[in-house]
Amino acid sequence: MKEIRAIQPQLHPTLSDEKLQLAVYTATGRLVDKRKSTVAADVLPEYQELRQQANDLKRHAIEHLDYYLEEFERNLEARGGKVVWCRDGKDVVDFVLSLAKRRQSKVIVKSKSMTTEEIHLNDHLEEHGLEPVETDLGEYILQLKHDTPYHIVAPALHMTRYQVADLFEEKLHVPREEVPEKQTQIARTILRQKFLEADIGISGANFLLADSGSVVLVENEGNARLSTTAPKVHIAIAGVEKVIPRAQDLATFLKLLGRSATGQPLTVYTSILSGPRRGTEIDGPEEFYVIILDNGRTKVLRDADKRQALYCIRCGACLNICPVYRKIGGHNYPWVYSGPIGAILTPQMEGLDKNPWLPHASSLCGACGEVCPVKIEIPRLLLELRSDIEQDKASRGEDKLEKLGFQGWAKVMTNPRLYETAGAAASWAMQDSGSEGWAKHLPWFMNVGPVKGWSSERDIPEPAAKSFRQLWRERREAKAEQ
Amino acid sequence: MSKEAILGSIRAALGRAADAPVPVPPPARIVAPEVSQEARTTQFLEALDRLNANTFHASTPEEAISHVAGLLAGRAAIASNSPLLAELGIVSMPGVLSGVMDLETLREEAEARPIGITSADYALADTGTLVMLASVAEARLVSLLPPIHIALVPREKLLSGLDELLERVPKPAAVSSSMVLITGPSRTADIEQILVRGVHGPGELHVVLL
Repeated sequence: MKEIRAIQPQLHPTLSDEKLQLAVYTATGRLVDKRKSTVAADVLPEYQELRQQANDLKRHAIEHLDYYLEEFERNLEARGGKVVWCRDGKDVVDFVLSLAKRRQSKVIVKSKSMTTEEIHLNDHLEEHGLEPVETDLGEYILQLKHDTPYHIVAPALHMTRYQVADLFEEKLHVPREEVPEKQTQIARTILRQKFLEADIGISGANFLLADSGSVVLVENEGNARLSTTAPKVHIAIAGVEKVIPRAQDLATFLKLLGRSATGQPLTVYTSILSGPRRGTEIDGPEEFYVIILDNGRTKVLRDADKRQALYCIRCGACLNICPVYRKIGGHNYPWVYSGPIGAILTPQMEGLDKNPWLPHASSLCGACGEVCPVKIEIPRLLLELRSDIEQDKASRGEDKLEKLGFQGWAKVMTNPRLYETAGAAASWAMQDSGSEGWAKHLPWFMNVGPVKGWSSERDIPEPAAKSFRQLWRERREAKAEQ
Repeated sequence: MSKEAILGSIRAALGRAADAPVPVPPPARIVAPEVSQEARTTQFLEALDRLNANTFHASTPEEAISHVAGLLAGRAAIASNSPLLAELGIVSMPGVLSGVMDLETLREEAEARPIGITSADYALADTGTLVMLASVAEARLVSLLPPIHIALVPREKLLSGLDELLERVPKPAAVSSSMVLITGPSRTADIEQILVRGVHGPGELHVVLL
């Protein structure tokens, strides 16, 4: 057999790293099992009904997005919070910088937010002398390592405790500690001081509730609670698509999110935050901002069918079950969002021409669609995008060689004599070239241009000694002689 | 400015006019089952047990008090201003600070003391969840900064689950700036998927059901 080769050359290190392969396979496998055990029909008979309800609600919210965002703003501002509308990362950075300048803040604690990864918020804040500190344990590890999240839910999934031990020893100058409990304690102690020191806390948002102007945060560690309670200012950053109509809809979404992400009926902490501290309340932030960010999302909205990619609640279930993600891992996807959801979001947000291979990084097995708690038709959207990408290429005249190839192919396939000649030529060229029944190399005309991309990834059986047509002819001749 | 730009591109993408009517959304799905007090109690205690929280079912106030005294074991604690804790006399137990009303003192004391004692506004039987509404009676930091959290929950606060909670409190924002659902001790599995309890929130949770 041919050695494993990859669609993209950068995949090689991942595919040949046995430890990493095992780590990703084990971790995602465990998450798959946990999910299964909490959505099974005997423990959650209403699971399919909840998925449909979630899909209906998301569709309704997205189809009337402008209305619900304005309702959210009205309700939040009535309780003393403020909405900040941002078109892109620059708008966000400008806002945070001006706020930090006005308040003379330096330390900013952050709880996990994939949206801030999109806009490289930490880098920009650091450039301006601020000290953003990631407080989710996995994100903290990555920040020390100057690395990016490997997985939407489990950001440091690719790292072993020994690597964490090395990292803590080097960056934090603490005695080497290989036990996760102890490593967690080290991080807790350092981060606790940051929580108490910070003037600003930044969080993401799992949901925005239009009818009450609330931000909903879901987590297990307590860092989101601390980031939004200890500092005097709370800034939540949310993509435009996060808004849902009512607080009561949490009865649907919370039941799906924890189960799909980590197999928890509810995560340890769910915070429903509605503006700054009120009159007699003793603690909580003095200032409360919700950044509503576009950053390419309204581009996705333009396609009436594929806009359903925006229903995503970032549970990561499609990553865990995806045979491609489990093989190539999270860092080989070109943008923040990996796995099947990344493969449908990235081309739509970043442009079809940027990573045309992405929707092809799928076996179309359909598992991602089956596990999606909001019923996004990921497998079908992957196909639609493949088609869009080809049309896009054609419109830019980039498909000339491919067109030529297929024209040639059509000519050969529709002309019996040409077909037979080509077959004989291929057979001759591949003769005795391989071992154990597999051809070692392909004839040049099957290994060029667009065909190469296909043939270089596949094992081709050695040609038979005689072609079917030849055998057929011989048989008929033999019969005629009888 | 940005607001108009974003709303404008959303409307253009959806083909909607600014004042176009919005149909009624699909009705919220709230299905609160009928569960007897007896069954709620059992479910609640079992769920907490699965979450690795410690539970104690007190049949009298005296039992609850002596259980809490045993948990404190002479250590310092900060208690919320919940009237229940005052009624039970928890606030006057040795080492227990209560009645903190200003933020600075609260931050210092909750950080310094190993134990935080609260009540809960509601509790959810099926998931073993405590529901905390921030108020003058319940500061947020008491159940957050100390590594040990003790919650005293009267039985009548037990709801069947999330649906019943959202039926009773359809808009948490109307009641408090913060509603937090606590389901077990703080935990992480960020390093090699190994479960570790007590990351940033309390790693030890004791629930005393009254």
